[in-house]
Amino acid sequence: MANYTENELAKDLENQEYKFGFTSDIEADTIPKGLNEDVIRLISSKKEEPEWLLEYRLNAFRTWCEMIEPEWAHVHYTKPNFQDIAYYSAPNQTKKYESWDDVDPEMKETMAKLGISLEEQKRLTGVAVDFVMDSVSVATSFKAKLAELGIIFCSFSEAVQDHPELVRANMGTVVPHTDNFYAALNSAVFTDGSFCYIPKGVRCPMELSTYFRINQGGTGQFERTLVVADEGSYVSYLEGCTAPQRDENQLHAAVVELIAKDNAEIKYSTVQNWYPGDKNGVGGIFNFVTKRGICGTNSKISWTQVETGSAVTWKYPSCILKGDYSTGEFYSVAVTNNYQQADTGTKMIHLGKGTKSTIISKGISAGKSQNSYRGLVQIHKNAKNARNFSQCDSLLMTDECGAHTFPYIECKNSSAKIEHEATTSKIGEDQIFYCLQRGISEEKAIGLIVNGYCKEVLNQLPMEFAVEAQKLLTISLEGSVG
Amino acid sequence: MITIKNLHASIDGKEILKGLDLTVNAGEVHAIMGPNGAGKSTLASVLAGREDYEVTEGSVDFDGTDLLDMDTEERAREGLFLAFQYPVEIPGVSNINFLRTAINEIREHKGEEAMSAKEFMATVREKSALVELDPKLASRSVNEGFSGGEKKRNEIFQMAMLEPKLSILDETDSGLDIDALRIVANGVNTLKSDKNASIVITHYQRLLDHIVPDFVHVLYDGKIVKSGPKELALELEEKGYDWIKEEMAL
Repeated sequence: MANYTENELAKDLENQEYKFGFTSDIEADTIPKGLNEDVIRLISSKKEEPEWLLEYRLNAFRTWCEMIEPEWAHVHYTKPNFQDIAYYSAPNQTKKYESWDDVDPEMKETMAKLGISLEEQKRLTGVAVDFVMDSVSVATSFKAKLAELGIIFCSFSEAVQDHPELVRANMGTVVPHTDNFYAALNSAVFTDGSFCYIPKGVRCPMELSTYFRINQGGTGQFERTLVVADEGSYVSYLEGCTAPQRDENQLHAAVVELIAKDNAEIKYSTVQNWYPGDKNGVGGIFNFVTKRGICGTNSKISWTQVETGSAVTWKYPSCILKGDYSTGEFYSVAVTNNYQQADTGTKMIHLGKGTKSTIISKGISAGKSQNSYRGLVQIHKNAKNARNFSQCDSLLMTDECGAHTFPYIECKNSSAKIEHEATTSKIGEDQIFYCLQRGISEEKAIGLIVNGYCKEVLNQLPMEFAVEAQKLLTISLEGSVG
Repeated sequence: MITIKNLHASIDGKEILKGLDLTVNAGEVHAIMGPNGAGKSTLASVLAGREDYEVTEGSVDFDGTDLLDMDTEERAREGLFLAFQYPVEIPGVSNINFLRTAINEIREHKGEEAMSAKEFMATVREKSALVELDPKLASRSVNEGFSGGEKKRNEIFQMAMLEPKLSILDETDSGLDIDALRIVANGVNTLKSDKNASIVITHYQRLLDHIVPDFVHVLYDGKIVKSGPKELALELEEKGYDWIKEEMAL
């Protein structure tokens, strides 16, 4: 009788293979491994960058050299050897594409394997996609339509060339190069990423979407994303990623900066599915990301993330609620399986009057994994009538996994209202039996129950992304069929 | 439809069913009554395939196949339905999504195409009316925040949607007021045909005023000790179960 038991589930989960494990053979232009000022100069010159950006990189590098890799997170791993990483890799294609027909068929196939056909996306959903494969943007669509509205959506490198004043004025203002070890590293060696600017009063008519993918073995990827929403504007930005199967650990240290000026709103959604390592905990991506946004008066930044991949995740999308009456939101689903480790959460820094923040975190632990929520709610002394609501739920799938919650609250204004709720539960055998008795397979049952548990977060995602995220959750947690 | 022979089943090493025999034919309604602890719910659980129970002896033939050899979900897809005594809540999963998944799994099993959204919604409207279930409940999370009566009506609603061959109603009357009881019974009666059958497990006779059984069986100490026509239920109601015990002792 294949009624569901914990042991069977545990076994199934172990056997489950990473579904996006493949690599594509596209020639890449990779510079030798290692990191020093010459490498940084080389990256900067390959990208034909202005002098100020090279200086920025070198400053960051010098700062990074003085820094120590942080150890406070609830994760254990062998620290990467930063001299054993190649810091630049670009697909060997110099020409820019005029249309999708010109794109290398193999590259297109890679995109198709990601489960998202860009053609179809364009046709069906009107999503403009800036596809980043190994650091260099290979295609940008819908640019003309966006340009009509004055919206800039392009690769970071292009932005540096075409809109240097905007980049220079905003880059590093939310996450300074001195912020932390990985942010400093990124600031020194970032190769590409995305840039988005929404002019005053403009409501971006479509979801802006970027798919990242690490492709070249042994290369780290250091993206940089900068989104600036000018006064009274609105943008919904989607970021999703999958990575091919690799045995060696790959470092991923991205920086994302969001700037929401007065009365602006930014919705930033992420589905993260980097290679998590095999069932024995070998390989997998180290995902050490710094994401932060700053809010002007009456503005709003909303982070939504579905994290299922990576061997080690260290990520805290945060909001600095500087403007009065600004709002910060964080909706997160983090799934860990096998030997994955995740330490993720948010920081809500309340500086302005009447600022509000909401934190909804859903952790799901399976296998022998460790899943931690770490969050800080900080109310500064001028933040009169600030409000926060936090809810941190943990769902355990096995007896061998761990769920941890580290909430920090610092309050310096007595008018603040702060609520924190937390629950921990085990997936119910009764629920699974009920589904089985209705003819639903164990796999689908677990998918249903888990998606139900995460509903509050998934509901925050744009429709087409939510569907993808649901599938991903099911894939990440279900046993292999048979 | 189902032929149970000499069924023995135990939980945690304790034998609950001790040689149970029962045959149910298509078109029939069988009531199983008995005192607390007789093994009524165990029978329902064993037939549905709950893993906590171990079948140690006996056989169950379900429409020509060995029921005990099938997985829980396979039994369900072959047309065995259990209306739970205590329906489980599944937060965040809408009734509709749940049922649509179930229906399509069953259809896939039978090699049929998935039900279209249009057909599905039409069926939902039709069947929810049958058990007077507020259509709003159909889009709410499975059983979450439902009253006791709503949960039981939802079970019958699911039964109506899934159109099983054999339905086992495990104490469906418990916790129901008289109106809810009438609604639930009406649903069961409407769904009755010469192609399906029901086993109604109950402690009290009152449900049988509304769902009239073809046969009544008394389950006592893990065995069917007495079978008879529907009048047996009345006799039990009047005399209680003690006389059965006395009869057994003789």
